[in-house]
Amino acid sequence: MGETLSARKIKCYHCGDDCESFPIQHDGHSFCCMGCKSVYDILSQNNLCDYYNLESNPGIAIKNPVSKTKFNYLDDEQVLKKLIDFADDQIQKTTLFIPVMHCSSCIWLLENLYKLEKGIIQSRVNFLKKTVSITFKTQDTSLRKIVELLTALGYEPAINLNDIESQVKKSVNRKLSYQIGVAGFCFGNIMLLSFPEYFGLDEFTQHGFSKLFGYLNFILALPVFFFSAQDYFKNAYKGLRKNHISIDVPLALGILVLFLRSAVEVVSRTGIGYFDTMAGLVFFLLIGKWFQQKTFDTLSFERDYKSYFPVAVGVVINGKETTVPVSNLKIGDRILIRNNELIPADSILMNGDAHIDFSFVTGESAPVSKVCGEMIYAGGRQSGQTIELEVCKKVSQSYLTQLWNSEHFAKQNESKIQTFQQTVSRYFTIALIIIATGSAAFWLVVDPSLSINAFTSVLIIACPCALALSSPFALGTAMRILGRNKFYVKSPEVVEQIAKSQIIVFDKTGTITQPSESEIRFIGEDMTNEMKQNIVSLARNSVHPLSKKIVSFLNENIRIPISDFHEETGKGLHGKINGNEILLGSSSFVFNKNESTDEADLTTKVYVKVNNMIKGYFIFEHAYRKGLGDLIKNLKTNFDLYLLSGDNESERNKIHSIFGDHSKIFFKQSPLEKLKFIEDLQKQNKKVMMIGDGLNDAGALKASDLGISVSENTSHFSPASDVIMDASVFELTDKFITFSKDTTKVIRMSFVISLIYNFIGLSFAVQGNLSPLIAAVLMPLSSVSVIVFTTVATTLFSKKEKLK
Amino acid sequence: MSIIYLLLGCSLLMAIIFLVAFIWSVRSGQMDDDYTPSVRILFDDIENKNDSENEDKKTEEKT
Repeated sequence: MGETLSARKIKCYHCGDDCESFPIQHDGHSFCCMGCKSVYDILSQNNLCDYYNLESNPGIAIKNPVSKTKFNYLDDEQVLKKLIDFADDQIQKTTLFIPVMHCSSCIWLLENLYKLEKGIIQSRVNFLKKTVSITFKTQDTSLRKIVELLTALGYEPAINLNDIESQVKKSVNRKLSYQIGVAGFCFGNIMLLSFPEYFGLDEFTQHGFSKLFGYLNFILALPVFFFSAQDYFKNAYKGLRKNHISIDVPLALGILVLFLRSAVEVVSRTGIGYFDTMAGLVFFLLIGKWFQQKTFDTLSFERDYKSYFPVAVGVVINGKETTVPVSNLKIGDRILIRNNELIPADSILMNGDAHIDFSFVTGESAPVSKVCGEMIYAGGRQSGQTIELEVCKKVSQSYLTQLWNSEHFAKQNESKIQTFQQTVSRYFTIALIIIATGSAAFWLVVDPSLSINAFTSVLIIACPCALALSSPFALGTAMRILGRNKFYVKSPEVVEQIAKSQIIVFDKTGTITQPSESEIRFIGEDMTNEMKQNIVSLARNSVHPLSKKIVSFLNENIRIPISDFHEETGKGLHGKINGNEILLGSSSFVFNKNESTDEADLTTKVYVKVNNMIKGYFIFEHAYRKGLGDLIKNLKTNFDLYLLSGDNESERNKIHSIFGDHSKIFFKQSPLEKLKFIEDLQKQNKKVMMIGDGLNDAGALKASDLGISVSENTSHFSPASDVIMDASVFELTDKFITFSKDTTKVIRMSFVISLIYNFIGLSFAVQGNLSPLIAAVLMPLSSVSVIVFTTVATTLFSKKEKLK
Repeated sequence: MSIIYLLLGCSLLMAIIFLVAFIWSVRSGQMDDDYTPSVRILFDDIENKNDSENEDKKTEEKT
């Protein structure tokens, strides 16, 4: 049966999903649901069917219809003010973040919005940032209309509390681009103007061009020195004031000496100086900085709860519903939460059937049923009918948000990472100054006229350009390779941090298990086809996730009419098919009071009872991620592994079989306990890597030396962390770690290479006869060879690990 | 050899023009997004093609 089904699988013309058994035929195409069909209608009426020609099945299925009142808050002046970038009497501009944007069809449709809504003047997509900037006429349309249009098309913009509460609009920092542009321009011209001197042209022409060229070089070097290189001086100064010798100190010293000595030579007409070396040095350094600056625009590594909370919520005031911004919620407010909406504050259930999905908080997706009067923590998502709640804590004081008040979120942890480069550059700088003063002192005795010359030459030639470039290029390349493999690191330094880790702590639910899937087994009598069909027909009538899972597990494509159907929410289903009474549900629902279940059960089970006979039960177990066993086996040899789970112990045996009998596994850990656990490990002077997913791991991820959050959909949810890893590459974790270690090896090797260059240069410099030509050759040669070596070596190591 | 002065002036002027062009392009945000324009440039073709197809149909209808 299953085979014939899969052979007949029909893809939805709009979204590409399987149409299952009842495709909707319309206009010569098949659709999986009314949502997809209606989007197709909108597009075809407006001659926008090119959308389907650019890519096949580009659409986004609208699985959860959005209530009409959802965007009420977009009529609120206060809210609007924050979302509009620019407004005058006639037009307004806004930028919306659309996480579902994924292909060129999306870009095309979003840039053709003006054909659908006449008030829109222009819409521009930035695909990397997944944003669309829309300019519209105030008179003809409103932000709310536009957002509703986008939502109707499946492109619901993500507007969250963070957009509203954040005060500063992010401005793009383009200073580095200008600095590189200016440095490149000056470098090229100074090189050209220096050639005549290198080739001794002046001896032929006798026109005194060298004087002119010297002064021109001087002028061209000014913007390099004062504009392009200014950050190195600033950083070196900042570092020195904190008694911290960073790589910027010898760099700044080198640039300064290069500039001053060259200026003196040009003005006193004793030579043409080293301006070309200086401009080249600054240019290469800035390129390195730029290379390292690569960021993953659409990912945010600093998210807190605000990025996920809704902007506004429906509040009942005097029997009427009004929309109130979440930040204005007060204790005692009555709020309405609809299907698929998030509960913004800890509150008490007053009315309605609550099935709360806490996957946002714990990674556990099976909804939890709550009864009236029960406390529901913020972060839960309602599935089912609308419920009414009374707020009992402010948003900022909720159980969940308290994590952010812990000290870990207050302190800046910049200094946490001590890179190899920083360690080396301290010794390097000290050695450099000793050699420079040493050679100056030596020449002071032998030939005082050469003393200053030797001192400055040492500082020039030993300027650790190649040294400063090796880290950015090795780490930058590694970061790009990891990013291609869906392992997104926050900054290049993180790669080094991965290599240093000694302990790995895993979260269970959602991290090593797959939240969307569970393994289902049926234990009991062998099921007849008829029984399967009966169960499926009954379960189809329920929206409960467990019913849906049973339907897809049994894979029966049939629907038999049911009489006498009723559902006790959160407990079970009852119905009659062909005269047989069938019950499907939890033990308390299925068993009579006198038949007690055998043991205190920790697993999720759904019992089947036909005509008062228990036929057996479905057992739901977490499905572990693919390749988990191999991954753990590989990691076990090099790391101490721990597992922290917020769940009960029902799966202890299974986990032991994966992690080994003596593994360190802890159950029923609260978010704060997890955080504490990480801290205790750190007190033993161990570098801890934490791999987690939900907001309940947020504290532990932040406290750990390296936090990796596993995310099913990287554009959706991930707590603040150093690395965001796509769940599909979880099994490659050990390869990523090995690759990071290899990258640090590359850095060490390239440090050796650059030190060799420094020794060659120094041998000239200490003798006091460093010619501008040697400096001009040595500096680019060392820089370029280090850049080539690091990028090639890092790429080769990634091939070794079979990374993309 | 005084022609060198002229050549020098010209070459510097050219280079400065390019520098200014670069700064302008950065300032107007052309360097901010290096992916979308590469996709966008292909759209016009499709649109034009369809427009011309439509026109063809129209002319066919007329005749």
